[in-house]
Amino acid sequence: MRAFCGLIRQDLRLGMRQGGDIGLVLGFFVLAVILFPFGIGPEPELLRRVAAGIVWVAALLAAVLSLDRLFAADYADGGLDQIALSAMPLEMAVLAKSAAHWLTTGLPLVIVSPLLALLVDLDPAALPSLVLGLLLGTPAMSLVGAIAAGLSLGARRPGVLTTLLVLPLFLPPLIFGTGAVEASLAAEGARAHLLLLAALTVAAVPLAPLAAAAALRQALD
Amino acid sequence: MLSHLANPARFMRISGIALPWLGGISLVVLALGLVWSLILAPPDYQQGESVRIMFIHVPAAWMALSVYLFVAVASAIALIWRHPLAEIAAQSAAPIGAGFTFVCLATGSLWGRPMWGTWWVWDARLTSVLVLFFLYLGYIALVNAFDDASRGGRAGSLLALVGIVNLPIIKFSVDWWNTLHQPASVFRFGGPTIDLSMLVPLLVMALGFTLLFGWLLLLRMRTALNERRLRALRIYGQAATAGAAGEPASAAARPAWR
Repeated sequence: MRAFCGLIRQDLRLGMRQGGDIGLVLGFFVLAVILFPFGIGPEPELLRRVAAGIVWVAALLAAVLSLDRLFAADYADGGLDQIALSAMPLEMAVLAKSAAHWLTTGLPLVIVSPLLALLVDLDPAALPSLVLGLLLGTPAMSLVGAIAAGLSLGARRPGVLTTLLVLPLFLPPLIFGTGAVEASLAAEGARAHLLLLAALTVAAVPLAPLAAAAALRQALD
Repeated sequence: MLSHLANPARFMRISGIALPWLGGISLVVLALGLVWSLILAPPDYQQGESVRIMFIHVPAAWMALSVYLFVAVASAIALIWRHPLAEIAAQSAAPIGAGFTFVCLATGSLWGRPMWGTWWVWDARLTSVLVLFFLYLGYIALVNAFDDASRGGRAGSLLALVGIVNLPIIKFSVDWWNTLHQPASVFRFGGPTIDLSMLVPLLVMALGFTLLFGWLLLLRMRTALNERRLRALRIYGQAATAGAAGEPASAAARPAWR
């Protein structure tokens, strides 16, 4: 347990020191959202219809682009070997690193999302389901992204490869996240969608580290 | 039988004998199926003659799913038992599966235009099959993304297993969601609802597609094994010419299987 928290704390400290990383992710998130009004026109009615999709897609892309630094730095300087050789199971290490990744990527996205919802003129009644949906869905994205990040260690173009691998796997959170926002504006309420998002995260917590640890073991062979 | 074929030389021998037979039989079955479905089968009471796209679209869809299952199972065998040919089988099958998926999507699109009035719709079945297509492409990209071929093979095997979760989603998508794509008519509880005069040519086409897949798979596997032999021979050849004293080191250093 101490090693688990220690690993999270170490990754957080590294993330904070290179504070630019969090800033880059957030900056990309904001810029990606801002591009859409320029692209599709600034009419509020049109933006409101696609607001949920814009915010979710931008969050997804920002999460995907930050997946590289999950394992790459440790793989390059040998820290990953040390982690693999330690007493802590590799699956727990993956869980710790994914948790730290979420804290430095997913959580800032969730916090900034209301501001961006404002920029795309999202109906304020849908704001709670947007924020809650992102809160429930981004951990799943960090966990499943860890699988793709582990698989592409040592590849020739790790960034693009990770993106290609992970986008099909990110579709369920995207579909249910935007569905939650649409549903909260309709009569049925967002409960079913949010529960499904929570289910995805809860299923990813035990399963994704298994696959990601297997991928890391292959990379370290 | 799997372990019997694990020896690459024995596999090459057996597949070399089986290949022309497999090709011939698949040609005959496909010809029979095409004639039956395109000419002899009755037109649909609602869709008329354009129902005949079904005889290509549905078997291609079945093959797309089955080949992915094959890739996943072969990957599992490669990871667990380190069967020498399992990785080659998975890597050879993946492009064929991607081809079947593409045929399924294309024929479905051509069928949807007259039937639904649209080339594409983002319903659950079409979206999940498109995801399957991207899973195939991702697998092929991952396997080829490493300079070390064995690392690429292992990583690809893991990805194939992770993607298996998409298969039940595709199969049950028409039940779980309100989709434009029609529900299951053949593989369902309660038996097929499709009439026998259409079911039989459909199954003949499915058999033909399966035999075609077998033929293409053996062809690709033999090619992959020949490529490996060629590469090994080149390396040993270079070692022999670069070796000192002109001794025929290549004869001793050649792999046991010719």
